[in-house]
Amino acid sequence: MEIVNFTPVPAFIGGALIGLSAAFLLLVKGRVAGISGIAGGIILPEKGDVPWRILFVLGLVLGGLIYQFFDLGPDVALIEAQTDKGMLIVAGLLVGIGTTVGTGCTSGHGICGLARRSPRSLVATLTFMASAMVTVFVVRHLGGA
Amino acid sequence: MMPLIAALAAGTLFGLGLAIAGMIDPAKVVNFLDIFGTWDPSLAFVMGGGLLVNAIATPFIMRRKTPILAEFFRTPTKHQVDKRLIIGGVLFGAGWGIGGYCPGPMLTSLSFANSDIIVVVGAYIVGTFLARTMLRAWERDQQAQAQRDQQSCVE
Repeated sequence: MEIVNFTPVPAFIGGALIGLSAAFLLLVKGRVAGISGIAGGIILPEKGDVPWRILFVLGLVLGGLIYQFFDLGPDVALIEAQTDKGMLIVAGLLVGIGTTVGTGCTSGHGICGLARRSPRSLVATLTFMASAMVTVFVVRHLGGA
Repeated sequence: MMPLIAALAAGTLFGLGLAIAGMIDPAKVVNFLDIFGTWDPSLAFVMGGGLLVNAIATPFIMRRKTPILAEFFRTPTKHQVDKRLIIGGVLFGAGWGIGGYCPGPMLTSLSFANSDIIVVVGAYIVGTFLARTMLRAWERDQQAQAQRDQQSCVE
């Protein structure tokens, strides 16, 4: 194992902002800041419950724009996809299907569910972490995919 | 109007946090997942920071009778672990490992969308739509079945 690009301080600050956002959404709207759940309710609309979801997602994009405008970290022009477009399609489909079937993603289960000490979210988080690590091992070290 | 502004503010803070944390760089994400190769432990600090703030705040918030701008809290009430949860987790993890994108960073990356990001977001939307459509039909079937069972009991 070799440790690379370790950036604990921005990681922790960014994480704290995410936690603050989740706490704020719960306090004000009584909703869980699970991105797959929020986006899912736009993609196949939850009747009478769509506008706030759209504004939340617009906020995500706005947050990304603010980061770029104020140069708050590495230049986004340096970001490169980790695989080709064919595999990106597979990745996107799996993330969409998996988060819908498993009722949550890194934020909903990982940040919000664990904060509520939900046993379901603990199992979900351990499952997708393990699955992701095995997948990376297969792709990078066994030369699969 | 106020709840919508609050949702925009929460989303903005969330997206800003993801960008500062480095989650919008899939190389960083995949390196975090690559514990046997070039490991970048940073994302454990993202999770740690988010969980620390939210785990401290959540119990205080939930002590309130209602949220500030809504009539009630809509947090999940289900507690049992089922097969669906595990299958979903395995599929999501595989997709996350291949591309290095989970839903939040994917959508935040639309702020500098290139063709790769459009492709992955497009596929994510299609995957979500298909899975939600099928699950909705399945849940409707389950409900209809339960109703039939109930009726046959009454008879």
